[in-house]
Amino acid sequence: MSATAVAHVDNHAHDDHGHHHKETFVTKYIFSQDHKMIAKQYLITGLIMGTIGIAMSLLFRMQLAWPGESFPIFEAVLGKWAPDGVMDADMYLALVTIHGTIMVFFVLTAGLSGTFSNLLIPLQIGARDMASGFLNMLSYWMFFTSSVIMVISLFVEAGPAAAGWTIYPPLSALPMAQPGSGMGMTLWLVSMAIFIASSLLGSLNYIVTVLNLRTKGMSMTRLPLTIWAFFVTAVIGVISFPVLLSAALLLIMDRSFGTSFFLSDIFIQGEVLHYQGGSPVLYEHLFWFLGHPEVYIVLLPALGITSEVMSTNARKPIFGYRAMVASILAIAFLSTIVWGHHMFISGMNPFLGSVFTFTTLLIAIPSAVKAFNYITTLWKGNLQLNPAMLFSIALVSTFITGGLTGIILGDSTLDINVHDTYFVVAHFHLVMGISALYGLFAGVYHWFPKMFEGKMMNKNLGYVHFWVTAVCAYGVFFPMHFVGMAGVPRRYYQNTNFPMFDELTDVQVLMTVFALIAGAAQLVFLYNFIISIFYGKKGPKNPWKSNTLEWTAEMKHIHGNWDGPIPHVHRWAYDYSKVDANGEYIIPGQDFVPQTVPLQDDEEELNH
Amino acid sequence: MTTALILIVLVLVGIAIWQMTKIFELSQLKAENSQIANDNDNKNQGYLMFAFLIFIYGITIFSFWKYSKFLLPEASSAHGGEYDYLMLVSFIIIFIVQTITQALLHYFSYKYKGKTGNKALFYADNDRLEFIWTIIPVIVLAGLILWGLYTWTNIMDVNDEDDPLIVELYAQQFNWTARYGGADNVLGGANVRMIDIDRANVLGLDESDTYASDDVIVKELHLPVGRKVNFKMRSQDVLHSAYMPHFRAQMNCVPGMTTEFSFTPIKTTAEIRQDPDVVDKVKRTNAIRAERAAKGEDNSDPWEYDYILLCNKICGKSHYNMQMKIIVETQEEYDTWMKTQQTFGQTMAGNETEPAFNPVLGVDGN
Repeated sequence: MSATAVAHVDNHAHDDHGHHHKETFVTKYIFSQDHKMIAKQYLITGLIMGTIGIAMSLLFRMQLAWPGESFPIFEAVLGKWAPDGVMDADMYLALVTIHGTIMVFFVLTAGLSGTFSNLLIPLQIGARDMASGFLNMLSYWMFFTSSVIMVISLFVEAGPAAAGWTIYPPLSALPMAQPGSGMGMTLWLVSMAIFIASSLLGSLNYIVTVLNLRTKGMSMTRLPLTIWAFFVTAVIGVISFPVLLSAALLLIMDRSFGTSFFLSDIFIQGEVLHYQGGSPVLYEHLFWFLGHPEVYIVLLPALGITSEVMSTNARKPIFGYRAMVASILAIAFLSTIVWGHHMFISGMNPFLGSVFTFTTLLIAIPSAVKAFNYITTLWKGNLQLNPAMLFSIALVSTFITGGLTGIILGDSTLDINVHDTYFVVAHFHLVMGISALYGLFAGVYHWFPKMFEGKMMNKNLGYVHFWVTAVCAYGVFFPMHFVGMAGVPRRYYQNTNFPMFDELTDVQVLMTVFALIAGAAQLVFLYNFIISIFYGKKGPKNPWKSNTLEWTAEMKHIHGNWDGPIPHVHRWAYDYSKVDANGEYIIPGQDFVPQTVPLQDDEEELNH
Repeated sequence: MTTALILIVLVLVGIAIWQMTKIFELSQLKAENSQIANDNDNKNQGYLMFAFLIFIYGITIFSFWKYSKFLLPEASSAHGGEYDYLMLVSFIIIFIVQTITQALLHYFSYKYKGKTGNKALFYADNDRLEFIWTIIPVIVLAGLILWGLYTWTNIMDVNDEDDPLIVELYAQQFNWTARYGGADNVLGGANVRMIDIDRANVLGLDESDTYASDDVIVKELHLPVGRKVNFKMRSQDVLHSAYMPHFRAQMNCVPGMTTEFSFTPIKTTAEIRQDPDVVDKVKRTNAIRAERAAKGEDNSDPWEYDYILLCNKICGKSHYNMQMKIIVETQEEYDTWMKTQQTFGQTMAGNETEPAFNPVLGVDGN
């Protein structure tokens, strides 16, 4: 360890960056302030949380397909919550709740945006590190703490939080309404409060870094779309996460200090409670003020990654760079004024519903532009179908399939009958869950060499992982729309109490079988990931022949990224297959022109 | 059928893995260890992309063929026809867009699969194209928004025109109660603070309110066909949602406030049971239930079709079984049924040896 550290000092004695100090195991791997290490910490924590979250979904999918059946696995994993191997109804709700929380916040917010913002922002804008390495470290360790608290909450006596991931009061506020609303919910709230602080520290850091630390020549209009996506995501996070914090704090007050922000007129278990004058609808407003932008906090980084991966592997510039940036900005703006579409039938004034229908359907326009631009990017390309590319293409596919049903749900009229049914579950899993996961996978396959010093993941295992996942994702969520339109509500422990749902059991079985296969496919990914970290074959320095700056950085991880002066930028990131007047590549024999290559004499920089 | 499907999936997965290992072996033969896609990979993955397009179409057709009969029958409320029509038009638009875009996406992935020596087209921008695919969604969505808003405003306009029947839906963990305004069709005042379990005043009605004494409290919702019903929803503990899918109606029940929804039922329970789709559904379901009965399993009694009110907002452990039967009947049947119900005043009076102080009881306690 120390030998390499000494080598570093020797290597860049000429480095203008200066201040090197001996790294110990603790400063290098644990309390590291290096963005590349922090990115890896985020990724691995996110993957561990993801494994827990996905495993939970498999458990409750089994319950849905075979209601009331006894499974030894239930007894083994859930213990007293599955007497004789039959899952308890409270535990079912807890699994649903924690699955949602973990996947949305811990995997797709921290695991996706945390990983790739940290890894790529400094590397792609040509910076030595984040603006504040210390805040960055703090942000990760707060995320880690909140993950640990969330996992601990699974083991409390009365069970973990079980009020749904949206934790609407009064259910979440009253331990007598539900056992999970006791200690489990307290830990959930504490965990989320810390998570929000972590996310804010991270986001502020990303924003400052993108604005201030771009290398010479890296104007905002030359930024890769990944950076645009991470930057705008951070801005939405800063705007909306504090509102969730206020909701969480007020809920903590109601729970522990007897205030009545969200509670009023409650009679439960034979007694009237003192709460008077609060409104659960207020909580819904506060929650969804974050909750909806959160969807885009999850999705935009995935779309950014897709833009980059797709362009690189298509050997073509991303189509409509300016339109892509504009639609990211439009989506970000609109995302903060559409939250009411989760509340059409919450009892809020129907006129508000009209306003939110209007803004919600508007958001379909920039989304449609993005989808069409991706498709056009593929047109007449020379597609290198690496696993990352396949995931990017599949992302566009699920983004379209899931996004289209948003037209139904965003329409207040049509929402009336499909609200809170499986139709919603199918919609958001495709458009944000699966799509964002595909973005995460695309990112991991694509930037694995950057994260692990040139080692590459096995492509054939990657192909197996991709195809099984892609088939099963549609297999689970496509038929689910029909279950929703048959009127089956979500968060039902079993549907056997309604004979009208009897004939849907077959569909549930089909979906569960697909889900189990998909879960198994993720093991292939985990195996590939872990094995490649240790035994992966080293590839070339720029394996995907990409234009962006990160591939000019040293393969070996050094503090400061570039051994020597930081590179300067002379062009945008998408000069793939660019030809001169004679139809020859700008650099003869090479179909890409890295951003560090100055414009040729007779070359025109496109006006983006 | 499901077993067959599972088998097909397993076979497909098997083929995929076999293909993969074959590719793997091929690349080994050439002694090429690179983890970057080569021409051979591009070719195989390109074909698979095309196969995936067929899979998407396949699962769509399969789902429609197998599952569309599971969907809810035609709406049984006056506004439901408009709702169903808007839904149909939205779906037609969605399916046109879905079919075209998925085809383009996957066909391009197949058609332009990479090959050494091929040259991609440097094509960064086209303002006209982008304008076209901005303006088309704008126009289509503008139409849907306007139509949706018009319908929404009509549905959500809860007013007292046409002499609506006033019904309260009262939610608690984990059951529903309905309250009718009685002869005067006016609901008496109520608040959870006035709940008196010992005296069976479970909805917290104001015993001194003259409007309350003739209220009728029931556990099965009866509605006369063709008459507008204005629902007032209340909840005593946590959020619930009154979901009446057959009537395309849903509204949350929020502790501390009264929410509203209104619809006119247009088909009686007897009529919906004659609907051919419903007859088929009942036949299929009872076949499943008969099978269960043969195996001696629970939940196997023959089923008769009924409208139902479900809870559709997570409310705790028995959320999955919070329901109330809805019966839509002719005005005469409804009147007959109503006559057999006790009023709140009568219930209260029956609870005590000394009648509760209720001055109006003698006057209009029918």
